[in-house]
Amino acid sequence: MYDLIVVGGGPAGLAAACKAWEDGVRKVLVLERDKELGGILNQCIHSGFGLQRFKEELTGPEYAGRYIQMLRKTGVEVKLDSMVLQILPGKDGAPHQVHAINGQDGYMVLETKAIVLAMGCRERTRGAISIPGERGSGIFTAGAAQRYLNMEGYMVGRRVVILGSGDIGLIMARRMTLEGAKVLACVELMPYSGGLTRNIVQCLQDFDIPLYLSHTITDIKGHDRVEQVTVSQVGPDRRPVPGTEMVFDCDTVLLSVGLIPENELTRQAGIGMDRRTNGAVVYENMETGIPGIFACGNVVHVHDLVDYVSAESERAGAAAAAYVQGTEAQGPVLELAAGDGVSYTVPQHVRTESLAKPAEVFFRVNRVTQAAEILATDAAGKTIARFKREHMAPGEMERVALPPQLLKLAQGPLTLSIREV
Amino acid sequence: MYDVIIIGCGVTGAATAYELARYKLRAAVLEAANDIAAGTTKANSAIVHAGYDPEPGTLMARLNVEGNRLTGEICDRLQVPFKRVGSLVVAFTQEQLATLQTLYDRGCENGVPGLRLLSGEEARALEPQLSEEVCGALLAPSAGVIDPWGFAIAMAETAVRGGVELRRSCPVTAIAAVPGGFELQTPEGKFCARFVLNAAGVDADRVHNLLEPTDWHTLPNRGEYYLLDKTEGGRVSRVIFQCPGPEGKGVLVAPTVHGNLICGPNAESVEDRRDLGNSAAGMAEVRAKAVRSVPGLDWRQNIRNFAGLRANTTRSDFIIEESQAHPGFIDLAGIKSPGLTSAPAIAKLAASMLADRGLALEPDPDFVDGREHIVFKNLSAEEKNALIRKDPRYGRVVCRCETITEGEIVAALHSPIPPCTINGVKRRCNAGMGRCQGGFCGPRVQEIIARELGLDQADVLLDQAGTYILTEKTKMGGNADV
Repeated sequence: MYDLIVVGGGPAGLAAACKAWEDGVRKVLVLERDKELGGILNQCIHSGFGLQRFKEELTGPEYAGRYIQMLRKTGVEVKLDSMVLQILPGKDGAPHQVHAINGQDGYMVLETKAIVLAMGCRERTRGAISIPGERGSGIFTAGAAQRYLNMEGYMVGRRVVILGSGDIGLIMARRMTLEGAKVLACVELMPYSGGLTRNIVQCLQDFDIPLYLSHTITDIKGHDRVEQVTVSQVGPDRRPVPGTEMVFDCDTVLLSVGLIPENELTRQAGIGMDRRTNGAVVYENMETGIPGIFACGNVVHVHDLVDYVSAESERAGAAAAAYVQGTEAQGPVLELAAGDGVSYTVPQHVRTESLAKPAEVFFRVNRVTQAAEILATDAAGKTIARFKREHMAPGEMERVALPPQLLKLAQGPLTLSIREV
Repeated sequence: MYDVIIIGCGVTGAATAYELARYKLRAAVLEAANDIAAGTTKANSAIVHAGYDPEPGTLMARLNVEGNRLTGEICDRLQVPFKRVGSLVVAFTQEQLATLQTLYDRGCENGVPGLRLLSGEEARALEPQLSEEVCGALLAPSAGVIDPWGFAIAMAETAVRGGVELRRSCPVTAIAAVPGGFELQTPEGKFCARFVLNAAGVDADRVHNLLEPTDWHTLPNRGEYYLLDKTEGGRVSRVIFQCPGPEGKGVLVAPTVHGNLICGPNAESVEDRRDLGNSAAGMAEVRAKAVRSVPGLDWRQNIRNFAGLRANTTRSDFIIEESQAHPGFIDLAGIKSPGLTSAPAIAKLAASMLADRGLALEPDPDFVDGREHIVFKNLSAEEKNALIRKDPRYGRVVCRCETITEGEIVAALHSPIPPCTINGVKRRCNAGMGRCQGGFCGPRVQEIIARELGLDQADVLLDQAGTYILTEKTKMGGNADV
């Protein structure tokens, strides 16, 4: 019987496991499906990680390495190449069960007091957005192309059009260019970029790669291999405007059109989900609707910076430790709601009595704003907190810290919204 | 000299090879593409039809009903995913209720078992997600859903194990009548056979024209589809058809045998036989028609669009006949819907035609009519454990979405008809069929193919010839090798 099983050995799982150990939990197991720890960071060989967490600029593998080193100093058990097939929550305080397989141990039924879900996310594909056209080779999600280049050492094409301006797509625009490919265009459906501003500057502008906002791919030609794509402008309804077509001769299309938290295990376990984040509904300590099962990182909501994944996951690790040690979070629940301009909030619920520190609330805005305020307004219409921001954009995660004394006064639900000033 | 050569290894060619493998014959199948089941067989509705649709008296009517029964038996023997889920044809108007009656009468005449006409309420009691607009339905319990390429591959594998020779990447480029049979030219050399069965699908007219002009030709007709995530797979539990009528045949909404939901197809005549693209208009048409049957469909759960070509011809029925000028050359052509269902019956008909023309069909006592096919995720925990103990590669999940293990991929790569492409692996063990569409497992499958078949990774294709994935080594990738 374990105290804690962490599902996933990427940045979220590593941080949660390290923190739980630090807080005194001793029987901890990390189950990782890949051959090594570190998750997707291992293929992110560019720099820019760790500025918040370590106050220095690291590459993805270096950032992962820091946490792997930390984990090695603990007695946390790690099983690599191990896939979790099923999670069965224990009823009425009974242990939870984790069913997993690997080549050495065979089929394992593991019992544990607590679980941290840290499975990360996957990329949206061509199917998810139904791009018309032929289905030859040469169409990759940006992350798959990144794996080919950075892990396997192969180029995936020579003339490239990128659909979507998510961060991985932007990073790959630069990476492909540095490898000698010609990146003809980055095409974004929305009137603003989905990625970080610094990536627009460093990965597109510095390499003279045009960014077409409010455009999309409306046709892909090439029976065997991509030969040509048609790009059209879209109107305010995001539908293509006839007559605006541009044609690019290319052999490769990279898709960077969003990430989806990978929650098949979560759903199967019967854990309550949030349709907006595609992740579990969580409390302030990252506990899901099932006591003793926590979730953190991109499996809960897609983050912009890994540094925030680590911070959130350390909270989950600490809370899992407290749960194992018999300190269950309880008390009245304050609901958080997404108001005007806000896409979602994480957490969705706060147990105000259990808060020792301000509740950190993450969210994304759904429009670009200059000089605006974030308002936290309770059901009585009283604004209990306001936060000024110079600039907000959907590509960047926002964070506010709500002090316990204010939250205790609030009548739920508490709505976060933005207002231009 | 072969006794029989089959041109084309789609479901018709595969079923025929499987039928002929029972006998002491020298038979071969020549497939133009780099893998079998790669044409219409891989891109269709994946439905085993009950048989109320074809006009009584046609080949289609007879072979559909017989094929339906045979398909169930073959899938049992060869472990092919098949579920007899039943189908409903739904009517939205009074005129369509009359069409249902016609279909019912036709089905009874064709010998379709268990047909029943239902009211709208009765239909919705069976399928609660059906539209309120549905005012009646025809229930056909014998209809089913199948893994169409898996069906063809299973039959072809069993045939190859039974001694039928298969050549892939072997297009027939010329056919000449020679004494006692036919001589076929291919890039692999000449093949001679006493009998030739033309099962070349959409290209059957072109193959026939290599020997002599045909009085029919193919009218390729494209159908586009949506394949939705398993989260939508429970939306309906039966195949939901719409009534054929002046506006066309309507589109179906059906669970797939793998647990997804399929919607489509529309119907569009195309000139280009390689035109398998999706169009914005076609996809919009499928969406609009599908929600008429099942209004709650969630298109955001789409994981793939695809299109297939129907092998329609200038004739209305299947073309299963011998050349008058060249006896011994037999077309199995124009195999459009319900061709998938009919394939096993077409095969039996072809065998009897060969027997009638003097080919001795002496049963081969060594023929093994069965197949071992491990699907890891369908095993119990104990069976999974035992399998991993025997071969640890079954403990490594490569395709996360579909829980497909390295053991299954390696088994496919050493099967009687080993795939050499990523999609070939997908069609044999489902790796890459799931919601991430191979985004995660694609590179890993490519590595395993390269390793098992002794290829350079960059030479492993996605699908047919020309579908290369990798162009060259990266700068560092190149250096790292030195």
